[in-house]
Amino acid sequence: MDEMDDNLTESAPAAGARATVTPAAGGAEVVARDVDLFYGDHQALFDVSLDMPANKVTALIGPSGCGKSTFLRCINRMNDRIAGCRHTGSITLDGQDVDTQIDEYLLRTRVGMVFQRPNPFPLSIFDNVAYGPRRHGKPSREALRQTVQRCLERVGLWDEVKDDLKKSGLGLSGGQQQRLCIARTLAVDPQVLLMDEPTSALDPISTSLVEDLMSDLASDHTVIVVTHNMQQATRVSDYTAFFYMGKLVETAPTTELFSRPKEKQTEDYLTGRFS
Amino acid sequence: MSSASNVTSESPGTPTAVGQAVEPAAGASGSGPKPGRGSSDAGLRAQGVAPKRRVEVRGKVLTGACVAVVAALVVALIVMICGQGVQTFTKDGVPFSKFLFGTAWNPTRTDADGVPYVGALPMIAGSFSVTLLSCLFALPFALGSSIFVVEVAPRFGTRIFRPVTEVLVGIPSVVFGMIGLYVIVPLIRSIVGGTGYGIMSASIVLAVMILPTVTSLSIDAIASVPESYREGSLGLGCTRWQTIVHVVLPSALPGILTAIVLGMTRAFGEALAVQMVIGSGGASVMPTSLFKAATTLTSVITMNIGNQAQGTLYYDALWSLAMVLLVMSLLFILIVRLIGRKGSVKND
Repeated sequence: MDEMDDNLTESAPAAGARATVTPAAGGAEVVARDVDLFYGDHQALFDVSLDMPANKVTALIGPSGCGKSTFLRCINRMNDRIAGCRHTGSITLDGQDVDTQIDEYLLRTRVGMVFQRPNPFPLSIFDNVAYGPRRHGKPSREALRQTVQRCLERVGLWDEVKDDLKKSGLGLSGGQQQRLCIARTLAVDPQVLLMDEPTSALDPISTSLVEDLMSDLASDHTVIVVTHNMQQATRVSDYTAFFYMGKLVETAPTTELFSRPKEKQTEDYLTGRFS
Repeated sequence: MSSASNVTSESPGTPTAVGQAVEPAAGASGSGPKPGRGSSDAGLRAQGVAPKRRVEVRGKVLTGACVAVVAALVVALIVMICGQGVQTFTKDGVPFSKFLFGTAWNPTRTDADGVPYVGALPMIAGSFSVTLLSCLFALPFALGSSIFVVEVAPRFGTRIFRPVTEVLVGIPSVVFGMIGLYVIVPLIRSIVGGTGYGIMSASIVLAVMILPTVTSLSIDAIASVPESYREGSLGLGCTRWQTIVHVVLPSALPGILTAIVLGMTRAFGEALAVQMVIGSGGASVMPTSLFKAATTLTSVITMNIGNQAQGTLYYDALWSLAMVLLVMSLLFILIVRLIGRKGSVKND
């Protein structure tokens, strides 16, 4: 308990300051070891161990219901909200256990999340991006303005919306909304970005913009993306992990996994023999 | 009125009559019976199955007739109340401003200019005071409990809290009035002295009465905030209460405002429970204290309408009070509509 409190009191102001003033720090390494996850009595993940290296894009692929999203949501503890959901084993962020050594709220500022459907708040574009920094500290107006501009520029949205910052974020197109959500996440300056099928609700042009962004963001974030789209995995990721029926079947550098899969199941999936 | 009577005479008609009445129209619209269709119709009828098209027509006519009756009823009510209500100003020649802003109520007497004392301002003030105060009392509890049952304990909310509030909705207002009479009035009396009757007691009773309505609608409003907003906020490292204050409540605001206005509508129109605890203050006394007997539009109407002969000025003046009530409720509904429209635009 003491340890957690210390973490909270020491790091929370630092996180707030970092979020509003200095540019992004580097990504962090995420390591999962022997993760078994249960929803009540139902086991959804079986002994998953996976290294997700810092400043790389790791893609999690596999058929629907294979546990890849569930696994992703363990990393920022979004599964804590689900009653009866628990897991054993450990997930660490730069060596710190996310469940025991990092405060839940601090963890989520370090591990940001982008969701399947764009979910901007019913607020103005500016307020959407400023939302995180405002909740985590009392940034000055000027610092806030700089943060908003920096994050919108980072996602390539600044030129499109700089004159409409007061307009509702819900008025943007789907692709713009998703980039706004990424900017909103970047505003609290996370080390890791979790993306849960971030392009599945977008048109092809918006998809390609977001894909470019993923590779680009890896320069100073660790990006972990769940995707249904195998072409997307080959386009954006450095490493790919293939999940099937709650088990991690195979993980390898993306080019290797797609050209020379070691496991029969992986090969069957990649060649479309089942889906 | 003539159109309504037409429809009502049609609706109980026999199936054949309805069928005949509509057949030409169907033919004109281009979907008329094809050759040979008649014989299959006859075949179906022989089996005791009505032709589908005829069932369609019958359903349309029956439901349409219901719509016509309800619409006619609403229009007739408004026309009648306003028609009676304006008599004070047209037939009896009372200036509208004297009615709305006058503070003396004694319709059997006239002042120096020969204008009867029909000032309704004390009652209007009384009605608005109890309405606003009761909402003020009810709102924190309604909002607090609806946040709790949606965000903190949803299972408790659906299994226990919702059913309990629904029981409260079903309690007749006279029961609330009695409870007010035996609990609230003595309580106020022992705290501030006086009789205990007055706007404060009425507001408290009304607050309890509208609490379930406002709570239930607030629960709906908060529960309908998309889960993705909550996840977005939590995913940024915000706590549950930060999420509630900065995302959930602002998104639910149109729905919560609707809940408040519907609560106000109910409080504004409530007569019985109010009359039992507000005391019988003079109708021409402007309310100056929350703890003195006062009157509202509804209490004056219920107390006096039975004693006045039709066609007298007093009778007309009471209808004018009813008209004010009607106009106010229409305004409340209009506000609800406007809020709803704005909310739907916002959440699109």
